[in-house]
Amino acid sequence: MLSRTADHLYWMARYMERAENIARILDVNLRMSMMPQSAVQEEQAWGATLRIMGLEGAFHQRYAEISPDAVLEFMVFDTDNPSSVRNCLRAARENAHAVRGTLTSELWETTNGTWLKMRDFTPEMLADAGAGEFFEWVKYRSHLSRGVTIGTMLQDESLRFIRIGTFLERADNTARILDVKYQLLLPAGEVEGGAADYYQWSALLRSVSAFEVYRKVYRDLITPSRVAELLLLRVDMPRSIARCMKEVYANLREVANDHSAETERRAGELEAQLRFGRIEDIVRDGLHNYVVRLLARVQDLGNRIADDFLVPLS
Amino acid sequence: MTIRNYYNEMTDEAGRVRAHYAAYASWLSEMPEERLAQKRAEADALFHRYGITFAVYGDKDAGTERLIPFDIIPRIIPADEWQMLAAGLCQRVRALNLFIRDIYHDQAILKAGRIPAEQVLNNAQYRKVMQGVDVPGEIYAHIAGVDVVRAGQGEYYVLEDNLRVPSGVSYMLENRKMMMRLFPRLFSRYRVAPVDHYPDMLLNTLRSVAPTGVADPTVVVMTPGAYNSAYFEHAFLAQQMGVELVEGQDMFVRDDQVFMRTTRGPQRVDVIYRRVDDDFLDPLAFRPDSVLGVPGLLQAYRAGRVTLCNAIGSGVADDKSIYPYVPEMVRFYLGEEPILHNVPTYLCRKPDDLRYVLDKLPELVVKEVHGAGGYGMLVGPAATQAEIEAFREILVKHPERYIAQPTLALSACPTFVDAGIAPRHIDLRPFVLSGEAVQLIPGGLTRVALREGSLVVNSSQGGGTKDTWVLEA
Repeated sequence: MLSRTADHLYWMARYMERAENIARILDVNLRMSMMPQSAVQEEQAWGATLRIMGLEGAFHQRYAEISPDAVLEFMVFDTDNPSSVRNCLRAARENAHAVRGTLTSELWETTNGTWLKMRDFTPEMLADAGAGEFFEWVKYRSHLSRGVTIGTMLQDESLRFIRIGTFLERADNTARILDVKYQLLLPAGEVEGGAADYYQWSALLRSVSAFEVYRKVYRDLITPSRVAELLLLRVDMPRSIARCMKEVYANLREVANDHSAETERRAGELEAQLRFGRIEDIVRDGLHNYVVRLLARVQDLGNRIADDFLVPLS
Repeated sequence: MTIRNYYNEMTDEAGRVRAHYAAYASWLSEMPEERLAQKRAEADALFHRYGITFAVYGDKDAGTERLIPFDIIPRIIPADEWQMLAAGLCQRVRALNLFIRDIYHDQAILKAGRIPAEQVLNNAQYRKVMQGVDVPGEIYAHIAGVDVVRAGQGEYYVLEDNLRVPSGVSYMLENRKMMMRLFPRLFSRYRVAPVDHYPDMLLNTLRSVAPTGVADPTVVVMTPGAYNSAYFEHAFLAQQMGVELVEGQDMFVRDDQVFMRTTRGPQRVDVIYRRVDDDFLDPLAFRPDSVLGVPGLLQAYRAGRVTLCNAIGSGVADDKSIYPYVPEMVRFYLGEEPILHNVPTYLCRKPDDLRYVLDKLPELVVKEVHGAGGYGMLVGPAATQAEIEAFREILVKHPERYIAQPTLALSACPTFVDAGIAPRHIDLRPFVLSGEAVQLIPGGLTRVALREGSLVVNSSQGGGTKDTWVLEA
C-alpha cells in the first residue's frame, strides 16, 4: 500500500486512541474532585493531568492558574492545544478523510460522525450536563471505531498499520498515566503498602478500565506494586504495556519489508522483556526511571516505523 | 427573468402527463408533501453522514465541506430518446478524439481549411509538447463529460464537451443509491437501466489503454488532494475500482518509469487516471511552482512508459472557441452528419459576430472562452442595464476572450423545493468512455437550478442534482 496511506491510517488510529485516553484521565480527575480533598491535592491532581501529556508549559502560557474548569477547557476544546480531545478527533477525521477510499464505509462514517458530533459540544454544555457524560461518549466512540475497524476491515496492511498506531499510542499513554500517578500517590521515600489511598489507586485503575480486572486477577487488596504490575506486565490486560507491545510486535511482523529488520528486532526485544519482566526488579530499580526508559523506547519505535514504512525517502 | 415556452419534461403543452412519466406522476400525486419533505431530510442526513460533499475553495475547516442539494424527483428519459442521445454522444466523442490526434500529428483538418489554424495552434490549451507523441489506442479523451440541454420543443443540444477532468459521475452513482434506498418500490414499477457498473467500465477502459507490453497494468487515480473540490469523487472512484488514490508526492520517476512509494518499496505505475490539470502535472515541464505534480512525468509519458487519462493537451478540443467546429469535425473525420446539434455560437473575435453580439447583448449569454463553473459570464436577460454596459466595455477591449450564445429556454423538470413541487431548469452530463470501445452508461448527472427562473445549474453556484432514469425499452 501507499506509504502516505499507511501514515494516515496510523495517525488516524493514534489520534482516536489519544482522545480516548485523555477522556479517561480527565474523567478520573473529575471523579476524584468529588471526593473530599484539599485544595492543594486538587491542584496537584489537575496539574498531573497536564504533566501526563507534557502540556504544562503550553497550559501556563494560556491560563494563569490551574483550576478544573481551565484544565477541562484546555484539554477538551482548546484549538491551540494539539492534544485537546477536539483536536484529536479532528485530526483523526482529517487523516481518515485523506484515505477515505481505503476505509470501509462503516469506519469512515463512524470517524466522520464522531467529528461532526464533537463540533456541537460547547464548554457550557459540559458544565450543564456534566462532563462525565461527555467522557463516556468519547470512550464509546473510540470503542465503536475500534470495533468497526476489527469488524469490517480486510485483514491486510491497512488494518495492521491502524493496529500499530492504536497500540503504540496506548502503550505511551498507559505508561504516562502510571508514571505520573505513581509519583503523585507514592511520595518519595515512602514504602509501598504505606499510606496509599485506596480511592486514589482505584481511580487510577478505573482510568484504564482495570478496576474489576484487578479484583479478578489478584483477589486481594489494592497495592501500588500490583497496580504497576498489572499495567506494565500483565499480557492478558488489554491496556497494559506488555499487551500493547505484543500487538505492536505481531502487527509489525506482518508488514515487515526489506529494511525493517532492526525495528522488528527492537520491538521484539521490548516485547520479550515485558513478557519476562518481574515487578520486584522494576520497583527495586525505581519505577519512574523504568517508565522514562520505556517511553523513550516506545518513541524510538514510533520514529523507526515512520522511517521504515510511512515516509520512505525513495 | 422569465423564460417562456420552455419544454417541461413531465407534461406537454396541454398540461397532460407524458407517457414515460405516467406511472411516476400518479405515484407522486398520492404522495403527501410532508412525506416528501421527510424523505428529503432523510437524504440530506444520509449524504451528510456519508460525507458525500464537495469542498469549497478557501473553506478549510474539516467537516465543513458542503452538500450538493439533492432533489428527490427523478428526471426520466425514455428509451428511444436515449438511443438517439447515446449514438450522438459516441459519434461526437469519436470525432473529438480523431481531432485531437490529428492536430498533434498531420493537422489535416487545418490544412483542409476546415478550422482556422491559428484558432487551434495559438490556443492556450494547445500543448506543443504533444506534437508527434503517440498514445495507446490513439485515444486522448478517455473520459468525456458532455453537457447536454433540451431547448425549444425539446430538441437536445450539446452545450459543452468537457474533456479535461470532468466531474460528477460519483453523484450520478450516489444519487441512484439514495433513490433506491428512499423509494425502493418505485423501482419495481419502472424498468430503470442500472448504472452501478460504471466503475467496472472505467477500470476496463483504463486498463485497455496501458502502455504496450504491460500484461497486468497497475492503474491509479491521481488527485490534487483532500482539499480539492472534487476530492470525494476521486476517493470514491479509486475505492470503487479498487486502485490506489495517489497524490503527486506519492510518485516519482526513475529511468522514464513512474513509481509510487509503498510500504514495501517502489511499485511501478502504468496508467494514471489523473484528476489534476495539465499545468500542474509536472513542475519540470509546466508550472514550476506546482507541488501537486511529479517531476519528470511528462518525460515518462512521452517515452510511452505510462498512460495519462485524459491525455495531456486534450483541453484544446473542449475549448469554447473550438466548440463551434465540432459538427465540422464529425463530417470531416467520420463522413457522417452530426446527430446532436450545437448551440448557435458567436465568436466575438470575429468582427461580424462581435457586432451582432454587442447589438443583442440583452438577449444573449456571453461566456469566457476559458471560463468554467458559471463564473465570468453574462446572462443578458437576467442582467441589469449597468451589468450589460460593463460587459460591453470588456467585450470591446478583449473580444477574443468571449463567445456568445442565444439564451436557451432550458427544459424544466418538476422539483421539490420549499414552496412545493415546481418546475426548475435542468441540464444533463452523460459520461462517455473511450478505450477499446466508445461506450457510455445509460444515465448521467442531471443538474438542476434550484432558484426559480435561474438557468445556472453549477453546484458551485447553488445548483442541485437529481437522479437520472433512462428507461429500458
